[in-house]
Amino acid sequence: MNALTPHLSALQIILPLLAAPLCTIFRLPRVTWGIAMVVGVLCSFNAIAILEQVQSSGTIIYALGGWAAPWGIEYRIDDANAFVLVIISVINVFGILYARTSIPAELSEDRISWLYTAWLLCFTGLCGITISGDVFNVFVFLEISSLSTYVLVSFGTDKRALTAALRYLIVGTVAATFYVIGIGLLYALTGTLNMADLAQRLPEVTAHRTVLVAFGFITVGLSIKMALFPFHTWLPNAYAFAPNAVTAFLAGTATKAAIYVFMRLVLTIFPAGFFANSTIAYLIILAVGILGAFVASTIAFFRQDLKQMFAWSSIGQIGYMAIGLGLATSAGVAASFLHLFNHALMKTAVFMAIGCLFVATGSTTLNSLKNAGKRMPWTSAAILIGGLSLIGIPFTTGFVSKWYLVTAALELDMWWLAALVLAGSLVTAAYVWKFVETAYFRTDSNTTYTRSEAPLSLLIPTWILVIANIYFGINAQFTGTQALRAANAIFGFSS
Amino acid sequence: MSIAQYALLLSILVPLGATGPISLFSRNPNLRETATIAASVITFTLVAVVYYSVKHGIEPQLTLIEPFAGVSIAFRAEPLGMLFALMASFLWIVTSIYSIGYMRGHHEQNQTRFFIFFAVAISCTLGAAFAANGFTLFLFYEALTLSTFPLVTHKGDDKAKKAGRIYLFILLGTSVGFFLFALIWTWHLTGHLDFRAGGVFDSSHSRTVLNVLLVLYAFGIGKAALMPFHRWLPTAMVAPTPVSALLHAVAVVKTGVFAILKICVYFFGVDLLASLGTHYFLAYVAAFTIIATAIIALRKDNLKARLAYSTIGQLSYIVLGTMTANAWGIVGGGMHMLMHGFGKITLFFCAGAILVATHKTEISQMRGIGRRMPVTMTAFLIGSISIVGAPPTGGLWSKWYLLLGIVDTHEWLLLCALILGSLLSAIYLLPIVVQAFYPATDNTTEVNEAPLTMRIALLTCSAGCIVLFAVPDFAYELMSNIVDLGQH
Repeated sequence: MNALTPHLSALQIILPLLAAPLCTIFRLPRVTWGIAMVVGVLCSFNAIAILEQVQSSGTIIYALGGWAAPWGIEYRIDDANAFVLVIISVINVFGILYARTSIPAELSEDRISWLYTAWLLCFTGLCGITISGDVFNVFVFLEISSLSTYVLVSFGTDKRALTAALRYLIVGTVAATFYVIGIGLLYALTGTLNMADLAQRLPEVTAHRTVLVAFGFITVGLSIKMALFPFHTWLPNAYAFAPNAVTAFLAGTATKAAIYVFMRLVLTIFPAGFFANSTIAYLIILAVGILGAFVASTIAFFRQDLKQMFAWSSIGQIGYMAIGLGLATSAGVAASFLHLFNHALMKTAVFMAIGCLFVATGSTTLNSLKNAGKRMPWTSAAILIGGLSLIGIPFTTGFVSKWYLVTAALELDMWWLAALVLAGSLVTAAYVWKFVETAYFRTDSNTTYTRSEAPLSLLIPTWILVIANIYFGINAQFTGTQALRAANAIFGFSS
Repeated sequence: MSIAQYALLLSILVPLGATGPISLFSRNPNLRETATIAASVITFTLVAVVYYSVKHGIEPQLTLIEPFAGVSIAFRAEPLGMLFALMASFLWIVTSIYSIGYMRGHHEQNQTRFFIFFAVAISCTLGAAFAANGFTLFLFYEALTLSTFPLVTHKGDDKAKKAGRIYLFILLGTSVGFFLFALIWTWHLTGHLDFRAGGVFDSSHSRTVLNVLLVLYAFGIGKAALMPFHRWLPTAMVAPTPVSALLHAVAVVKTGVFAILKICVYFFGVDLLASLGTHYFLAYVAAFTIIATAIIALRKDNLKARLAYSTIGQLSYIVLGTMTANAWGIVGGGMHMLMHGFGKITLFFCAGAILVATHKTEISQMRGIGRRMPVTMTAFLIGSISIVGAPPTGGLWSKWYLLLGIVDTHEWLLLCALILGSLLSAIYLLPIVVQAFYPATDNTTEVNEAPLTMRIALLTCSAGCIVLFAVPDFAYELMSNIVDLGQH
């Protein structure tokens, strides 16, 4: 292992990238799943090793192919992206574990290998976005992950999956274009694409209005990728019509990587305080976050399909992360990082449980839920706990997130924001409540129901995440510390 | 760990652990009920052990975990919580005995689920009683809301569901919107949430902020049912009577006023509280609640609804006592928590007994019922007297100290409200008893009492009201430990 230690960051990308074509060669569903699983597990250990390395010996700087930055591409991993990398890699493993039973229920056998190919490419892209220290390289990985996501979404059983994928493709391409225009402008100004380099050179040219324009392009481009309200339009259908395992995977990873990059660019690369000092930009992000949290949660309330409902809920939760970011303080960003982790846990578990429901009943609408509390106690309980966590009930991770976010707001004496964040919980409670009422209280006394619980192979990964959700809700020492370190890393990059 | 520490931890865990045997014996009701009663007796014994320690000046405490910096889940048996825990755990025994008769006599469905969530609710109540900091208090406060929800909606019909919705909406809404907000704010100001004698705030904190915080706490603790956040309590009365009796007259609502008392004494401190200003505003809100609910109670024909409004009013006596911000008022508030607990649970037990024996719920139907149920109606009379605050019941003492506290504030309107409130409570309670002993319209005079277990329970509680008249000193001693009575 020692010989490999310096190259851990490259391995994180190379492993899944190489494994993807392997899947197309082997074609057998079981084998391709095995490849994805092995790679997933290896990458998780790799990511954890990277996190440990970062914590013991500081930022890892890895020049790809031995070409030193700023000419070559470098991977630059510190507390912030190492943390995100672990989240993405671990969620990925659970996604694949879950996919073993869930995917064959939705896809014909000959297409399964293609799904895992796209999945691995998507994972490669997300890891790349997270660890790259080069803004153009980020764009490349962004495209890899986006293109493969379009494919993943189009695998959905419903015909509408195709329109959802197409819609995502169009919007996603616009986003990528905006992003690339933004970094193009930065390149024109500074002559570099390396993040650390950019961070050093940008202060000299801040007077240029071009910086503000680049900032705008990058913000909009990444806002689309992270599905920040009102750039969220692609998300609900993409989530709702993608195969269940894919939805679970995407919900815990895709938007998370985008949020991380957004924070990195906006808070690290742009000169210290640029964001917080350009009052309008900062107020816009805050306003958009608050609006997103309320509007998306309200829309979620009116959805009749569970996948749609929780997809909208995701948009709302991204709003909360944007609020933390918009505060532009280390406490605020820490709250965002924490929620990034917590939300990945809870939303992946919820979507997995919804997948269980699909396998057992063939539908994910609210109507199919009648009496689910008795028919499928474990599945319903998983959705319930995920929902309680979204509301922010104590003993769940959601509570910890809320606590950090409210404290961060109070630190800036923004008590109105603190009150709004808490009021947002009530809107969340409304749609979670809708689920509870249907699953547990809408009973037809005439019909007797038999137990029809989903297979264990689906329930086990779901419940591991549910239990993790409770564990990190009770003991938030680890996540809290990590999030704070991550936030400090975001702010400390330029020095 | 000392014995008292173990006892403290176990008193919270035993009710929770009892859910195991209860669900295990779901097919054998006798064993199941034995498990409930055994758990309640053990819990009370454990609480008594803790009390013994507290009485001798040692307040056991322990910290379980610290989820994040400066915020931990910790317990400490201080006098106020001790008083609350003693009352709740004792009344759980009585209620368990009562429930057996009630649930069977009334042929309720899903009895196992009922007993399970009941035990969980008691565990949460004790957790709140022994909470050593605001965070722990909040955790158990919320858990109590969630665990009592299945009890409120027990019947499962549309009315129960609607009640459940209002219940959750108001309790969760106020607690997340105001209570949690105030807690995080407090944590932000002081860096911790520990309950400390004399309070955690000092002169360095802005008066305006502290005033806002006090109001947030008072309304955020929706379980105290201060108007306008009282609506959940009457609607929760769709629950089976034992739930209304123990939870909505004792455990849940008392957790609310207890939390207000605790926060006022240990966060603000009596002296700081007295200098704030908004405490008068809150005292007037409480006074208004007392009068308004008494008038509403007068107009309710449904017995449980009348008792529910009466409860809201009586809770406001405790809030009023707290907001007088002097030692007498707080002693009175704490004692009223106990006295009203015994009085009101007696009344609810009687309401349930009447329901089981005669299936009557409206007061207008209860004419002459005393001849058929003499034991029940006698107990009802004693409970009523205790609520009114007349001898020979414990209710006298708490009213006495509340009066002292209010006189001390020189706010004569508040005094009038207190007296008027007591008068009104006599008007809406006593005629029920008087009417009950009139000749019945259908001239049935045969004695037809509720099952024995129910009679045992309601007699115990009514006897408790009288015993508390004779020996109120243990409560007084506990309360006098937390405030400085030297100023008088």
